[in-house]
Amino acid sequence: MQISGAQMVIEALIAEEVEVVFGYPGGAIMNVYDEIYKQRSFQHILTRHEQAAVHAAEGYAKATGKVGVAMITSGPGFTNGVTGLADAYMDSIPLVLISGQVPMSLIGTDAFQEIDAVGISRPCTKHNYLVTDAADLPRILKEAFYIARTGRPGPVHVDIPKDVTAQIATFDYSKEVELETYKPTTKGNTRQIKKAIDAIAAAKRPLLYLGGGIINANAAELVREFSRMTQIPAVETFMARGTLRYDDPLLISMLGMHGSYAANMAMSETDLVIGLGARFDDRVTGKLSEFAKNAQIIHVDIDPASISKLVNAHFPIVGDVKNVLEQMIPLAKEQVDPARYESWHNTIANFNKLHPLSYTEEGDRLKPQWVVERIGQLLGDDANISTDVGQHQMWTAQFYPFTRPRQWVSSGGLGTMGFGFPAALGVKRADMDRVSINITGDGSILMNIQELMTAVEYKLPVINVILNNNFLGMVRQWQTLFYDKRHSSTDLSIQPDFVKLAEAFGGVGYRVNTKEEFDAALKDAVEKNVVAIIDVVVNRFENVLPMVPAGGSLFNMMLEYKEK
Amino acid sequence: MMEQTERRVISVIVMNEASVLSRIAGLFSGRGYNIESLTVAPIPESKYSRITIVTAGSVRVVEQITKQLHKLIPVLRVYEHADLVETEMALVKIPMNESLGDIEALTHAYNGRIVNVGSDTMIVMISDEPMRVNHFLEAIKRFHPKEIVRSGSVALER
Repeated sequence: MQISGAQMVIEALIAEEVEVVFGYPGGAIMNVYDEIYKQRSFQHILTRHEQAAVHAAEGYAKATGKVGVAMITSGPGFTNGVTGLADAYMDSIPLVLISGQVPMSLIGTDAFQEIDAVGISRPCTKHNYLVTDAADLPRILKEAFYIARTGRPGPVHVDIPKDVTAQIATFDYSKEVELETYKPTTKGNTRQIKKAIDAIAAAKRPLLYLGGGIINANAAELVREFSRMTQIPAVETFMARGTLRYDDPLLISMLGMHGSYAANMAMSETDLVIGLGARFDDRVTGKLSEFAKNAQIIHVDIDPASISKLVNAHFPIVGDVKNVLEQMIPLAKEQVDPARYESWHNTIANFNKLHPLSYTEEGDRLKPQWVVERIGQLLGDDANISTDVGQHQMWTAQFYPFTRPRQWVSSGGLGTMGFGFPAALGVKRADMDRVSINITGDGSILMNIQELMTAVEYKLPVINVILNNNFLGMVRQWQTLFYDKRHSSTDLSIQPDFVKLAEAFGGVGYRVNTKEEFDAALKDAVEKNVVAIIDVVVNRFENVLPMVPAGGSLFNMMLEYKEK
Repeated sequence: MMEQTERRVISVIVMNEASVLSRIAGLFSGRGYNIESLTVAPIPESKYSRITIVTAGSVRVVEQITKQLHKLIPVLRVYEHADLVETEMALVKIPMNESLGDIEALTHAYNGRIVNVGSDTMIVMISDEPMRVNHFLEAIKRFHPKEIVRSGSVALER
């Protein structure tokens, strides 16, 4: 088939069974947009900012497990999208970003809207391509999707000069991807797995350390089976929320900087860490030399570079966590006695009793944690939850009753404010039957507020719940704790009228001060089924606790903070 | 607890394609690894290039470097050499008013020779183990070299 480069892009997207592309047109990508106009196979959603297009594609990818697709133009269009690439890279989200580039003859001349896009995207993508000949496009696009979704998933960027999209060449998408230099290991080494099972059977206080790789590998069901069968308790990383149900008796909670007392103590007391798809991030480990000091480490990860990067693994197992669990389960069934951990369970139960995750209600002001819990009580499994970044994000990770994988979409590694709303649009597009909630802050929401327009145009009724404390709350918390209350540039007392703002775009807005008002607003927003902002006035000086100060040991938690 | 930093030679076999060198160099700078020298040239009659990198780091750091290099899509193989033959070349430009005989004798001792003689300057070339290249460059100082260029190491496993 002899077609243009632009037509090839469309044909490749169809062949990859893409159902939605998030994007924003511009000069260098116009040939492709002209072909988008002519086709009916997939939907194009015009976000109101390129960054939002990439975040929406991330949200869609996180919710579905499929490769998200975003399309933007050269120069500023591309640079606006970079934050999304970096975000997807840090959180291992499968994504293909297609960007326009100035024509080949102009590359290197500082042409209008020219930037060295592959030079910029190189350190924040799994791989990238500058296409110099339309004849290469079918192979490159097929490789891009393949690389994005296999191994440790990640974003792939394809930069296409305008003349290449006009060039006619042969399109053949049937060839299998053949990459001599890229062959991810997916099966675990049998001998290592046997040794790991021996270690588990011998351990007295083993602990499952569950990471986001489980969600990526669609392995949550197997993790549930493994923990049920062995009765080994579990902690989840921020990225792994929803792997176990919130009410699973074996789930302790989230661990790390804002993890629960019991989760962090369990990690400090365990004699065997069973790491599954987790990467020992600094927000999880605290001071490395004190982390899980009494334990041997089993580390299962698809990315060999993640193993023994920060914490030395005694039992390194490279492989897809789903495959590895399939190999482990029959062995564990034979060897691991589920009754042997009773005293360990008691220890953990005591930790839980001593300092459960909690907050105290006081005065008339709503507590932000209450709002999160309340959304959980009212919507629970019926909602998909996205967040922005900051205090609200941590409270959500701590207090939302997650029941399933892919229910939780948040920017973990990069910590991108402005992620939540566009990601929630992508989540909504992926799962129209559930309510898509973006729990956000009064700082974060303004970082992609223009997406109200996208939500209205494409009927993606995301409900934004602002936990409004008139502060950049997390930075304010650090200033209170570590900077002697010098609240430098974090006071957000000057604010828009969020109700009118939502209405101005054609959505609905609510200002909420009481529990009753909150219930009514959420109910109304769900019924109205249009994009909403629920602006919840919460206690201004609430802190996220427990807290392990940066660089501190996991077992040295700040459990409460009293005004001095 | 300081980990021992060692000089290491790493060979990377990569697809001979555009921007592969920037991926490698970018990985080193982005992750804070140090490059002492780097050489690259195509492997004859193949679609690959060989990059030889001299770096320094603890065992753990070098292991990370190796793994991170492996993660790059166009990287076929990474060798972290233990038992190797390593050679480096140096060119030195020396004013003509120095003693030709002394210079020639010195370069001989380091597998070298005079490769060019002009009206004002001459150029000598040596090729030897990097440590011996250091020695040579120390010794040649007394002939007042005007310019020195080192090639960086190339290495093969024994």
